[in-house]
Amino acid sequence: MLWNQPVRSTFSLKAMAHWIEPHPTGIYVRPADAWIDPSVPQQRALVTHGHADHARGGHGHVWATQETLAIMALRYGTASGTAVAYGEEIRMGGVTISYVPAGHVLGSAQILLSHAGERVVVTGDYKRRPDPTCKPFEPVPCDIFVTEATFGLPVFRHPDTGSEVDRLLAALHANPDRCVLVGAYALGKAQRLIMELRGRGHHDPIRIHGALERMCALYADFGIDLGDLRPATGLPSKEMRGSIVVSPPSALNDRWSRRLPDPITAMASGWMRVRQRARQRNVELPLVISDHDDWDELTDTIREVAPSETWITHGREEALLHWCMTHQMRARALALVDREDEDEG
Amino acid sequence: MRAFSQLLDGLVYTRSRNGKLDLIASYMRQAPDPDRGWALAALTGNLDLKAVKASAIGAMIRDRTDPVLFEMSRDYVGDLAETVALLWPKAENQPEEMDDGSLSLSAIVDRLHAVSRASAPATLAQMMDHLDASGRFALLKLATGGLRVGISARLAKTGFAQAFNLDVDEVEECWHALTPPYAALFAWAEGKTARPDPAGTPFFRPFMLAHPLEADGVDLTDYAAEWKWDGIRIQIVGTGRETRLYSRAGDDITATFPDIAQAFTAHAVLDGELLVKGEFQGGEAASFNALQQRLGRKAVTAKMMDDYPAFVRLYDMLIDADEDLRSLPWEQRRARLEATMPTLDPHRFDLSALIETPDFESLANIRAGARDAAIEGVMLKRRDSPYVAGRKAALWYKWKRDPLIADCVMMYAQRGHGKRSSFYSDYTFGCWTEEGELLPVGKAYSGFTDEELKWLDRFVRGNTVNRFGPVREVEKSLVLEVAFDSIHESKRHKSGLAMRFPRIARIRRDKPAHEADTVEGLKRLVI
Repeated sequence: MLWNQPVRSTFSLKAMAHWIEPHPTGIYVRPADAWIDPSVPQQRALVTHGHADHARGGHGHVWATQETLAIMALRYGTASGTAVAYGEEIRMGGVTISYVPAGHVLGSAQILLSHAGERVVVTGDYKRRPDPTCKPFEPVPCDIFVTEATFGLPVFRHPDTGSEVDRLLAALHANPDRCVLVGAYALGKAQRLIMELRGRGHHDPIRIHGALERMCALYADFGIDLGDLRPATGLPSKEMRGSIVVSPPSALNDRWSRRLPDPITAMASGWMRVRQRARQRNVELPLVISDHDDWDELTDTIREVAPSETWITHGREEALLHWCMTHQMRARALALVDREDEDEG
Repeated sequence: MRAFSQLLDGLVYTRSRNGKLDLIASYMRQAPDPDRGWALAALTGNLDLKAVKASAIGAMIRDRTDPVLFEMSRDYVGDLAETVALLWPKAENQPEEMDDGSLSLSAIVDRLHAVSRASAPATLAQMMDHLDASGRFALLKLATGGLRVGISARLAKTGFAQAFNLDVDEVEECWHALTPPYAALFAWAEGKTARPDPAGTPFFRPFMLAHPLEADGVDLTDYAAEWKWDGIRIQIVGTGRETRLYSRAGDDITATFPDIAQAFTAHAVLDGELLVKGEFQGGEAASFNALQQRLGRKAVTAKMMDDYPAFVRLYDMLIDADEDLRSLPWEQRRARLEATMPTLDPHRFDLSALIETPDFESLANIRAGARDAAIEGVMLKRRDSPYVAGRKAALWYKWKRDPLIADCVMMYAQRGHGKRSSFYSDYTFGCWTEEGELLPVGKAYSGFTDEELKWLDRFVRGNTVNRFGPVREVEKSLVLEVAFDSIHESKRHKSGLAMRFPRIARIRRDKPAHEADTVEGLKRLVI
């Protein structure tokens, strides 16, 4: 049963770390009898971060960072969970487990598992760029490195975040009679965008969609000062001229946006690198701001961590697998289901 | 190059026409010479470079990067130029993702002019290293000879005119006296020199247009009546040496209708309706549907020209040799046109006949009885009207045939664009077959008021039964009264029918869906 899952591999595999099993619904850690980011309810779940394709409701017991538990409680109601601090070691059936910052969103963690003299790092989602809302990714030497490949194609090369934010501010200032409506994923991207704007000296009130209010308040509770945020509702349209309005991507072209004064539609996502993606969503101002590694960062990270073997969970895994192969690195693609939300990224 | 590549990006993402015009105008004001001239040439489709083949670009990228990763990327992105622009790995010592400013648009155009097939990949690669992703995309689009940013030549000229507070028609008049990079045009635009002299060149003159007839009638002693033909309005401009054809928007469509252009050798400017007729069409001027086979083609095959031979039904004469007739009364221009007819090829040119009738009432009867497929209605032209650009009150009227009406059932809805991007404003509707199945017969996105649009949007959201990407399938319960100018056989819809100018005339909330019209009933309206 060990390797009977639909996996593709670049090399014939020696039975390495046979105590950890990739399944379509998550990664099973046999000696701990626990699942990492299971997509169906399980008794014992180790959760990397709060995005819905990694954190599901309905598990028996959850181990996650305090921030991730708070996000899950907000999204799924109260769940019983054990908070694990970054760097803290817990023991579970002979496996030593610790959570290491992943730099993806508030509370996001890589899960480091040590057992039988082998070390496995499951990254969940991660990025290498600085993010004012979360602790930076820490590379951990390991035998097996389990990575995502959301932007695992060499066409994805994210430009400098500061210059993207400057483009947003330039559009805002050039159009005093309009507002800029930015679609940003409700958990992580929205708060990071707000912090990046504050970091570029934009301290005006930022208007937010109702669906962002509780998550922004949660970030504030964890000490991330998002500045003056106000609801984008209940105001005459003309009073929102010259404002930045942040909404979930799904609201960009929906009824909700009708209240805004001739908005310039923007979206903050790594997908905006491809013209057709932006056009499909009627985006006028595509902002390439991503919470995932771009191609160069993914490949640099694999080089830096230098694992004996790389497992690729989701995204453009074929290309990254090919890259590993052509660089004499052992790799395999796991077929995890229900990963990757188009709006996230 | 950065200013130009940012302009192209802006044009790709901006939806509104005014937004696009502002972008073009601001670029034309700010960019240096001769960059802006080359940009104008590129935007109007007048930049004639030795096109670099796609295969050269493929060779160039395979030389720089892993071909497997390139193919995977191309599968994902779709467009070759965009894939290569995004993927391009810079030479080792170059800073990442930056247009270093060393290449101006004109320097790029100069190099592309000079490039040979053999030197193209190396020259391109060398330039790519100095550009950012937008710049590389613009370069590859220039090199392969098609910008495809969704603007017409006319829009580019309008943006140019806006930049310098010029009348676009004045720009149009001297356009053909100019060659890229248009130094003389910019000098005139900035008030440094007189307008370039267009004499002797086949340039476009703006069309005279008609208002819809809203009054109860007109006095036929003041107005002449003629048929309004259902083709496309065309202007034929001949200098005796060269002939150009222009569409209503002022776009040069000579290449699409070489059969017409070659048959016209006169030194004159004529206004008429482009139609097709032939064996296929029973020898008569055919419906717009037949003409559509010929529209929008950059190149046209001999078979196309055989099956759908084009001809022009002439309405008016603007210029006769060197004499400008536009200030003369219509009656005199008409006489000049009639006198010219015998000199023209009768297979390609005929005269739009006047409707001789004593009074408006009898004209109304004639109009009501017209069944010709190529007739769209009646035109009324003041007998003393000069030929003036645009729509001038009380000179020309169009009196379209009353629309046909059908009760159809809404089947699918899609969101609109721009201001309507949050509304489900594009509706596909159908009629019943004898087996009781609904088949789509057309699609409409106009005719309703803002209030009705809000109501329709709510209906769609509240009655969605299925989603296919951006399209919602709705409960088949709402009857729409659809008005349309005519209906034709078509392979586009499963019903085998296509409507011309369908619009929503009324929302029939009172009518049960099963009482809507049938496909059979619509087929009887086909002419």
